Amino acid sequence: MGPCSDTALDLALTSIIIGPNQQLKNHHMPNGINYSERIPNNVDLASDRRLQRALENWQPRFANWWAEMGPVGFQDKEIYLRTAVDVGRQGWAHFSHVKLPDYRWGIFLSQPQTDRRITFGELKGQPAWQEVPGEFRTDLRRLIVVQGDTEPASVEQQRHLGHTAPSLYDLRNLFQINVEEGRHLWAMVYLLHAHFGRDGRDEADALLERHSGDPDHPRILGAFNEKTSDWLSFLFFTYFTDRDGKYQLGALKESAFDPLSRTCDFMLKEEAHHMFVGASGISRVIQRTCDVMNQYNTDDVRPYGVVDLPTLQKYINFHFSVSLDLFGSETSTNAANYYSAGLKGRFSEDSYDDDHILVGHQETISEIVDGVWELVERPAITVVNQQLRRSYIDDCAKGMRRWNRVLDDNGIDTQLALPHEGFHRQVGLHKEHYVTPNGEIITDVTWNELLPDFLPTEADRGFVVSLMQPVYEPGRMASWIAPPTSGVNTQPVEYEYVRL
Amino acid sequence: MTEFHQTPNSFRHWNIEFEGPIATLQLQVDSDAPAFGQYELKLNSYDIGVDIELASAIRFIRFANPAIKCVVITSALNGTFCAGANIRMLAVVDHSHKINFCKFTNETRLEMEEASQHSGIRFLAAINGACSGGGYELALACDHILLIDDKRTAVSLPEVPLLGVLPGTGGLTRLIDKRHVRRDRADVFATRAEGALGEEALEWGLVDELAKPSKFADAVSVRAHSLAAETSRIEGTPVDLPPLDIEVSDHRISYRWVDLKLFDQYAELKISADQDDVWMLQTAREFDDALCRLRFDYPQIGTLILQTEGRVEDVVEHDTQLHSPADHAQHETALLWKRCLSRLDLTSKTLVAAIEPGSCFVGVLFELALAADRTYMLDGYFEDEDDPRPSAVIRLTTTNFGAMPMANDLSRLTSRLWGDEETLTRAGELKDRDLIASQALEAGLVTITPDDLDWADELRLFVEERCSFSPDALTAMETNHRFCGPETIATKIFGRLSAWQNWIFARPNASGPNGALQRYGTGSRPHFDNHRT
Repeated sequence: MGPCSDTALDLALTSIIIGPNQQLKNHHMPNGINYSERIPNNVDLASDRRLQRALENWQPRFANWWAEMGPVGFQDKEIYLRTAVDVGRQGWAHFSHVKLPDYRWGIFLSQPQTDRRITFGELKGQPAWQEVPGEFRTDLRRLIVVQGDTEPASVEQQRHLGHTAPSLYDLRNLFQINVEEGRHLWAMVYLLHAHFGRDGRDEADALLERHSGDPDHPRILGAFNEKTSDWLSFLFFTYFTDRDGKYQLGALKESAFDPLSRTCDFMLKEEAHHMFVGASGISRVIQRTCDVMNQYNTDDVRPYGVVDLPTLQKYINFHFSVSLDLFGSETSTNAANYYSAGLKGRFSEDSYDDDHILVGHQETISEIVDGVWELVERPAITVVNQQLRRSYIDDCAKGMRRWNRVLDDNGIDTQLALPHEGFHRQVGLHKEHYVTPNGEIITDVTWNELLPDFLPTEADRGFVVSLMQPVYEPGRMASWIAPPTSGVNTQPVEYEYVRL
Repeated sequence: MTEFHQTPNSFRHWNIEFEGPIATLQLQVDSDAPAFGQYELKLNSYDIGVDIELASAIRFIRFANPAIKCVVITSALNGTFCAGANIRMLAVVDHSHKINFCKFTNETRLEMEEASQHSGIRFLAAINGACSGGGYELALACDHILLIDDKRTAVSLPEVPLLGVLPGTGGLTRLIDKRHVRRDRADVFATRAEGALGEEALEWGLVDELAKPSKFADAVSVRAHSLAAETSRIEGTPVDLPPLDIEVSDHRISYRWVDLKLFDQYAELKISADQDDVWMLQTAREFDDALCRLRFDYPQIGTLILQTEGRVEDVVEHDTQLHSPADHAQHETALLWKRCLSRLDLTSKTLVAAIEPGSCFVGVLFELALAADRTYMLDGYFEDEDDPRPSAVIRLTTTNFGAMPMANDLSRLTSRLWGDEETLTRAGELKDRDLIASQALEAGLVTITPDDLDWADELRLFVEERCSFSPDALTAMETNHRFCGPETIATKIFGRLSAWQNWIFARPNASGPNGALQRYGTGSRPHFDNHRT
C-alpha cells in the first residue's frame, strides 16, 4: 500500500475507474475533486480523459515506487520544499513545509511560442509538431524514455543519503532534488501518456520497473547504475551528472516536437537548482578544506575531518569522466539521424553559426591515431554528440574556475582541474585507450600503476564515508563542509528546513 | 484517368458476335486509339485500353449472356492474331504503369480460366495469324488452342531473345504447369524468337490442334460447339451491367455504395450496406472499379483504410447468396466478389481495416478485414459522440470458410491462421455469432483493439509510420505475408514471375538507354552487362 493511498487524488482516480460515461463527462466536478489542486498542471488535465485514464493507472504505481525506492526514512517528516504550481515567474516556486508523499508532483510545459518553427535538420523552417509524426514515433519515444529513465534513477541512487546529511539545509536540498527528479519523471511520463498511446503507457510503467543497480532490470545508462554512497559523490553528481541532464534537456528543448521542447524548457529551470547545490556544495567543501589547511598550516588535513585536495581531484576525475560517457560516442549516426529529423538539436542551437542542416559540412575532432592525438575531419552531422559534449565541458570549466577562486582567495596555490576528455572513458572513440588526466596516452601497465593517483581508491572512498556523520541540529554543519553563505528562499541558514 | 468498365457498344478494339452458345471475340485493334500517349498499336498489339475491353467483354458475357458456353478468341486482321503487349508503350510508360498493366492483364487471363472452371464458359483460341508474346499468352489462358497450319504462322514467346524481359502474362508458368510442356523444350521455345510452326507446335504441346486455312473456319466452329457441349451453365435470366455512376473529384471518388476519400498519401474506402436487391452485385462492381483506379491513377497513395457502414443484418441477408447462390445471377455475383477480393489482395498498398461502431464487417465484408495487413477494432464506443452508437461487432459466416478463396486457393481465414488448426477450429465454432472487440482479439481475428481514447491517434500514427517506410520494401513485405501456404498458378504468376519481371524492368539491361526495351526496333543492338547476379 503506497503512502498516498488515501489521498484525495486516489479518490479522484477511483471515481474515474468506476464512473460511468455520463459521470466522466461531467466529472468537473460533481464531488468537488479538483485536478489542478491535486496535480498542479497547465495541460488541462481536468478535461483530458485520456490523460486521466493513463494517470489513474500510473499514479498509484508511482506512489508505490516512491515508497519502495524513494528516500529511506524521513517520509513522515515535514520538509521545507518548493512546489511548482504554475510556469509563470510567481508560480513555479512556492515554498512550504510538506511531507514527501504529499508533495504535489505537477505537469508543466513552458508557454507555447506562436508559430514556432523547426530550427535545424532537413525539415528546418517547417512548423513545429504539436503531435508526434508517425514517422518519428519510435525515435521520439526512445529519446523520451532514455531521458525519463535517468530521473527516477538518481532518486534511487540517493535514497540512503538522508541518514548521513551534513546539515538540515543540505538534507532539505537533497529532498528538493529528489522530488524534482520525481517531477521530471512525471514530465516525461506525461509526454508518453499524452502522445504515445498504449506503447507510451507501457513505457511509462517500465520507467518504474527498472531500478538503479538492479542486475535484472538496470537503468538504461551506465552512470545511473553507479552507487551514490556518500555526500561528496552526491555533490559531484549534481554538479557533473545533472549538468549532463542540463545539456540533454537543452538539446531536446530544440526539438521539433513542441510538447517535448516546452517540457524540457521548464525542467531546465529546476535542473539549474540542482547544479547550484553541487557547485555551491563543492565550494563549501573546498572552503572548509582551505580553512583547516590554513588553520593548521598543513596539507595533511584528513586527521582534522576534512577532505584533502588530492582526493577532491580524484572525485572530479571520476564524476567528470563518467558524465562524459553519457553523451554517447563522439561520432554517432543515431545522433545524426536525430539531428536530421529535427528530434534533438545541439545546446542553444541558434548560437551555432552554421546552416543548422550540416549536410556536406566537415567538423574537426580530436582522436587518437596511431598512438598520438590528431585532429580528424568528420562529417559535421555525425559529431553533434561531440559538439554537445564540448559545450558541456566548457560549462564545467566555468565552475572549476569558481572553485579555484576559493583556493586563490584562501592563499592556497594548488589548483583543481578537469581531466582530459579522453581520460577514463567507457563509451566512444577513446574507450580502447589509456589516457591520463593530462591527456597523455599511456600503456595499460602504466595505467594500472597510476590508477590510484587518478581515481578514488577504496581507501579514499572509505575515508570519505567515514566523514559522513549526520548533523541534524539547525544551523550546524558536519566537519567536512562549510556553511552556505545564505539560506533557502531568504530564510536563515539555521532555519529548521526539516522538522525531525 | 482510366475508365475500367466498358460496354460492348463502346468497344474500339474488339468485335463481339453471338451465335447460339458461341460468342466470338474478334481482335481488331484500332492502331490509332492508344489508351494514352502517342504510340501506335500496330499488328493487333495491345495496351491497357485493349485489355480493359477484353475484361469487360468477358464480364458482359458472364452476366448478360447465360446461354453462352464457348468464347472464341480470334483476330480480324489478315495474317496476324496478336503481337502481344505494345513495345513502344512499354518503353515510354513509367515503372508503376508497367507493373499495374501486367497485373491487370494477368488478372484478366486468370479470369478466363476461372470462368471456364466455375461458370462453364470454355475458351477457344483460334489462331489465324502470327501469334507472339502476349498474343500467345492470351491463347495459353484458353482451354483449347487451334493454330492455322499454313506453314508460316508461328506461336512464339520472343521476350527473352528480343526484348530482354520475360513473357509477362503467365506464359512460362502455363507452358510448364498447365500444358506440361517439357522444360527443355520450353527453354528452346522461349529463347527462339521465331517460335514454333504447326507440326512442331502440336508435337511439343504448344497448341492442341491444327487446321489448314481452307478448313480453319469449319474447324473453329466444330471445336467451339464441342467445347460448348461438354459444359453447362447455371440457368437464369440475363443480368444487365449498366454503366457505373461515378463522381470523381480531386479528393473523392463516389459511387452509389462505395466511397473513396483521397488524401495525400492514403485513402479511406468505405462500403455502405443497403437492403437494395442489387446491392451485392453493384457494390462489387464499384469496389472493383475503385481498386483499379487506385492502382493506376493514385500511385502516391500507399495506404488504404478499409471501412464499412450499415446494419449487420442487411449484410447477413445479402451474404447468404454468396455461399449458397440460387441462380445464375447470384452465382456470378459471388464469383465477381471472389475476383474483386483477390484484386484487393494483389493491390500494392498497405491495407488496414478500421472496425468502428456503426460498421458491418460481416461475412463477405469481413473478408476486407481478413485481407488487410492489420485490423484495428475499436474496443467499446466513441464516448464523446452525442448519441454513441453501440460497440462494433464482427461476424463470420459460411462465406468466410471457403467461398472466397485467395490466389493460393485458401480462404483468407485459413491464410490468416495458417498452421494454427486450433484457432481455426475455434473460429468455426464462432460462426454466425456477433463478436465484440475482446472476443475478436481472443479469436485471432483482429490485430489490435484500442479504446476510443487511443483510437484516432493509433490509426494516425500507423498510417504516418507506414508512409515513412520504403514503399518498395512494404509492397514486397506485404506480398510475402499475404500469400502463405501452397503455390498455385496464380501465386506463381503474381509472386515468382512478377517479382522477377519487376526486377528485370528496373535493370539497365532492359530499361537503360542501351537496354533491350529501348533499343528494340531502332536497328541498334542492345548492350548487356553480362554479369550474372
